Amino acid sequence: MKLAVCVKRVPDSEARIRIGADGKGIDESGVKFVLNPYDEYAVEEALKLKEVAGSGEVVVLSVGPDAAQETIRTALAMGADRGVLLKTGSLPLDPLPVAQALAAELKDGGYDLVLFGKVAIDDSSHAIGVMVAELLGLPCVSAAARLVVADGKGTGEREIEGGVEVVEFALPAVVTADKGLNEPRYPALRGIMMAKKKPLEVKEAGLGAGGLEVVSLAYPPERKAGRIVGEGPDAVPALIEALKNEAKVL
Amino acid sequence: MANVLAVLEQRGGALKKVSYEAVTAARRVADGLGGEVHALVIGGAGVASDKPGAYGADKVFVAAADALSDYQADRYAAVAAGQAADGYGAVVLSATAMGKDLAPRIAARLGCTLAADVTDVTFDGGVIVTRPVYAGKANYTLKVTGSPCVISVRPNAVAPVQQQRPGAVEAVTPESGEPRARTVEIKQPEKAALDVAEATVVVSGGRGLKEPENFKLLEDLANALGGAVGASRAVVDAGWRPHAEQVGQTGKVVSPNLYFAIGISGAIQHLAGIRTAKTIVAINKDPDAPIFKAADYGIVGDLFEVVPKLTEEIRKVREG
Repeated sequence: MKLAVCVKRVPDSEARIRIGADGKGIDESGVKFVLNPYDEYAVEEALKLKEVAGSGEVVVLSVGPDAAQETIRTALAMGADRGVLLKTGSLPLDPLPVAQALAAELKDGGYDLVLFGKVAIDDSSHAIGVMVAELLGLPCVSAAARLVVADGKGTGEREIEGGVEVVEFALPAVVTADKGLNEPRYPALRGIMMAKKKPLEVKEAGLGAGGLEVVSLAYPPERKAGRIVGEGPDAVPALIEALKNEAKVL
Repeated sequence: MANVLAVLEQRGGALKKVSYEAVTAARRVADGLGGEVHALVIGGAGVASDKPGAYGADKVFVAAADALSDYQADRYAAVAAGQAADGYGAVVLSATAMGKDLAPRIAARLGCTLAADVTDVTFDGGVIVTRPVYAGKANYTLKVTGSPCVISVRPNAVAPVQQQRPGAVEAVTPESGEPRARTVEIKQPEKAALDVAEATVVVSGGRGLKEPENFKLLEDLANALGGAVGASRAVVDAGWRPHAEQVGQTGKVVSPNLYFAIGISGAIQHLAGIRTAKTIVAINKDPDAPIFKAADYGIVGDLFEVVPKLTEEIRKVREG
């Protein structure tokens, strides 16, 4: 079974974000970058599917700066076979050019299944995986929390408002992974050592600029300082009063 | 001059509140572009279509068919992209569970720009959107230079504004074709739950609840308020609550009118997910918990004493 997983290098969710001097991007110095948490589920699922199939290949792709090689190595350390970095200076906020670059790379790869995380926790577009599927004309289940693949067919389950949607599709297909799909493995020391020797091809992404022009990046407005209305259950009437007459939300 | 298409969302044949938010945002763009707002309602036979005019829709297209009564990704995408290809300058929809799946499909089919999950839309010589990144730790202001473009608007971020327009209803014949992936079943939970990302009141709990069973206290409070129950990452990771309820950077970013953080200390990634809530209330026994810095109102105390009392008082307010 031939599987592709598309991953992204993102700032750790606990990282403090500082805006750079130009006011149009973040200051990356001192920021810890990680493999996007949702992509870990995608990598894990691909590894499991290959294990069940008994043979095959898991290829990890990323669009990003040179440093995204580290991100790909993390996935290789988990057990993926080889990596491809589509190198670019900066990533546009418009997802279309990124999806186009990935679709072009995946198009003739002969993949049975292409996996993504459902969302990248930095720009949270929820878009790239679905767009790639559309560009390739493939069936797609987004935000899958359960996936069964056998005999050239798949069934995915995705959360929708007020329920779970069960979706059937034929391979080849695209699936984007939600939390709950699996429990991603930690790279073992042996995996980390082996990952250093696995092939990682770097090529220019040649991205278009996209249709979103940055005017500014700014911190969100400070929230008005709050107050403690009291202690214990005796404070409840004061809270109700504040919610009713001050905040006017009751 | 270009028209704007607002793709609406219905459930059980009735339009959802987010649909009026989408029409309101579409109206702003259309006024800037000097065009009309056309609403598109996709659903089963008899789906509601009477209200969009009150929120600024000049026309309402209704694509009704039995096969469209529930969301079917490929069918909805074909209908929406088919309509959108008719010379529209922009397509606006809500960034709900459905919109997050549908918006990129429409954008890819049109080969156009997507401004996803924006919290504001204005017009100043062009479409300007506010786009939170890093789960709200920073906000981009972006000029949309791509035309056409697809814009998905975060639920509860743009308040629906009534502004009467004709809203003339016109049936369109949906040409949805054969789907590539097929929705074969929708499993309903035992109790129909409100999505935390769309609810106007969210009552979230964390480790301070001590045991999963104790979330009953929060369910009671949420029911009294007509809201949804949310959860911190810690309790979702512990398997106490489904991940659909997780609020924060690795869960859902929420913008309710009223947010309760109960027994939640307030990790950075949780705070990032609630920053755009209008009013935040924290209940925690630790007066030094970071959540109190983010909250508008706090009660320091034992949640097992405070929450039942709060539920009781809220019921009185609601009934009185």
